[in-house]
Amino acid sequence: MSAGGTNAFAPGFYEGNRPRIVTSRFGMEDSHSLGRYVATGGYDGLRRALARPAQEVHEEVRSATVLGRGGAGFPAGTKWGLTPQDVWPRYLVVNGDESEPGTYKDRLLMERDPHQLIEGCLIACYAAGLSQCFLYIRGEMALAQERVATALNEAYAAGYVGRNILGSSFSVDIVLHWGAGAYVVGEETALIESLEGNRGMPRLKPPYFPAAIGLYGQPTIVNNVETLSNLPWLMVNGAAAYTAIGTPTSPGTRMVAVSGHVRRPGVYEIVNGTTTFRDLLFGEGFCGGMREGRSLKAFVPGGGSAPWFLPDQLDLPFEASQVGPAGSMLGSGAVMVMDDTTDIPKAALTLTRFYAHESCGKCTPCREGGTWLERILSRIVDGKGTDADLDQLLEVGQSICPGAFPHASSERLGISAVPFPYRMNTICFVGPSAYAPVHSALTLFREEFEARVTKRVHIPVTAVGASR
Amino acid sequence: MARLTEENVRLAQEIISRYPKARSATIPLLHLAQEQDGYVTDDAMAHIAELVGASPAEVYGTASFYEMFKFHPVGRYVINICGTMSCALMGAEDLMHHAEEKLGVRMGGTTDDGLITLERAECQAACTEAPCLQTNYRYSFRVTPESFDALVDDLRAGRLADEIPPHGVVARVRQHIPADRGAGVHAPEDVKSAPAWLDGKAAL
Repeated sequence: MSAGGTNAFAPGFYEGNRPRIVTSRFGMEDSHSLGRYVATGGYDGLRRALARPAQEVHEEVRSATVLGRGGAGFPAGTKWGLTPQDVWPRYLVVNGDESEPGTYKDRLLMERDPHQLIEGCLIACYAAGLSQCFLYIRGEMALAQERVATALNEAYAAGYVGRNILGSSFSVDIVLHWGAGAYVVGEETALIESLEGNRGMPRLKPPYFPAAIGLYGQPTIVNNVETLSNLPWLMVNGAAAYTAIGTPTSPGTRMVAVSGHVRRPGVYEIVNGTTTFRDLLFGEGFCGGMREGRSLKAFVPGGGSAPWFLPDQLDLPFEASQVGPAGSMLGSGAVMVMDDTTDIPKAALTLTRFYAHESCGKCTPCREGGTWLERILSRIVDGKGTDADLDQLLEVGQSICPGAFPHASSERLGISAVPFPYRMNTICFVGPSAYAPVHSALTLFREEFEARVTKRVHIPVTAVGASR
Repeated sequence: MARLTEENVRLAQEIISRYPKARSATIPLLHLAQEQDGYVTDDAMAHIAELVGASPAEVYGTASFYEMFKFHPVGRYVINICGTMSCALMGAEDLMHHAEEKLGVRMGGTTDDGLITLERAECQAACTEAPCLQTNYRYSFRVTPESFDALVDDLRAGRLADEIPPHGVVARVRQHIPADRGAGVHAPEDVKSAPAWLDGKAAL
């Protein structure tokens, strides 16, 4: 429970002396039990919600601007309002398929405070008129599945979930569903395909939101675990208290995992909008700086899909309206830190290989392009590349994302930023994500690639094989 | 072997009953089959197809998309070592080499005694505790060559039998919705009106 040490019950999580909305129970050994949850104010948010008309609860969430925590950052209250009029039933699908490289917060929220998530699901269903909820947990997260299953069984027995909840006319089932290992299923339309029993491939767009056509062709709201976990606190404390934390465009807190070459890699609940990357990486209440005697080389600010930042960008806050123009995104709340010992082409390969491996195969630019990026990068890392390969990487990237690709500015290189987002030739973000690390590494550290490849000598064709 | 047992058919039917459409139960039932046999057999897929109203090819089509399903016997314990960026930055590659030497198999291989299958995995959502691995989806954090050896020795000596169930069993707790507590499952085409609690007013 000390402010300085790691949490005994959630390895990797640091409490710190900060406002905590979603991690308030992480320091309690039995935080996952119904008894502890109720003893610490649990299900009060649901009671308060049920005492008000659903429309009013929806309005409260909308006015709090609860940004989606899954990656895209779309406000939950607005998303709920995108359903077509008079089409029933509507469903809630909870995205607990957390798999973005560098990211883990949903897993801790499910393991450490499953009732908070369940209460969040109930509030969402009540407010938006959703009549069944499917809680999709990543297949590899055995403990999270056990904790959520136990919590659901407890909540059903105690009358918090199911028929006539707390004696009201509100009835909703929450069905625990789980995956079987596929990153792309974190994309919301692929999640729905998977939930329908199919291969987890993203659907063609439009419609852009499953709120229009989703599960079984019905209006469906897909929300992230952390997003929903904010709702119980919001119902108890109100939108004004929520927006009093952070900034107007990025209110509340968010969970961020910082991994790699820092002194105290960990998961932190930070104040949204105002906390900077410098605070997070070097602050004493956070990561406490780089490993002994090392300096920062680069960092990935928002999960493996995000273009990389340099020390030049350290003073940017966790605020999408500033990170976007600087050439990257906040994504799913994951920072991966590289110090001066890092082999940049190799580091890029570990991410590109991930996305190439996880391509579902539906879109050609991603299926073929991702694989080619991995192959070319592999041979460069193995010392078998040529200088022509460097241009080849960019050319393949162009077939996935045509036009200028976002990157950070660098004083050292004398280049200015290309703002986020990019154009893409694919349905979802897996293809562009395979290219992002390659593009960042090559743009910001080209000399490391050039040192690795053989220079090709161009011999004029006429000089070869003279037949005279 | 390999069609679902009577007890598992009962469980399968309970799972199916929670969804508006039976096909949605495909992945949970595939897990059930893998739990029963340690891997997913052709007979089990044919049986699941009957239960959810699909063809065996459709069930295989779904199953083959997902990494966790195995179509051949694997070890009692599957060790997945993460190789994505955060773990790679903290020495995952060295750990993989060490693991291959310790077990005497390459990535994807199974030890001669059939106890351990070694796999290279992608991000397992424990990035701050790198390098990490999962044994049948149970974590080991900040793994060193020494702690890896200790893990293997413990597995071989059966000391982790209580903590780590055999391959195929993921969650050891199942959801049960009591008959008198369930809100009821309806096919989407049978629902024509807004839920009662909206009180006739459309949601925003």
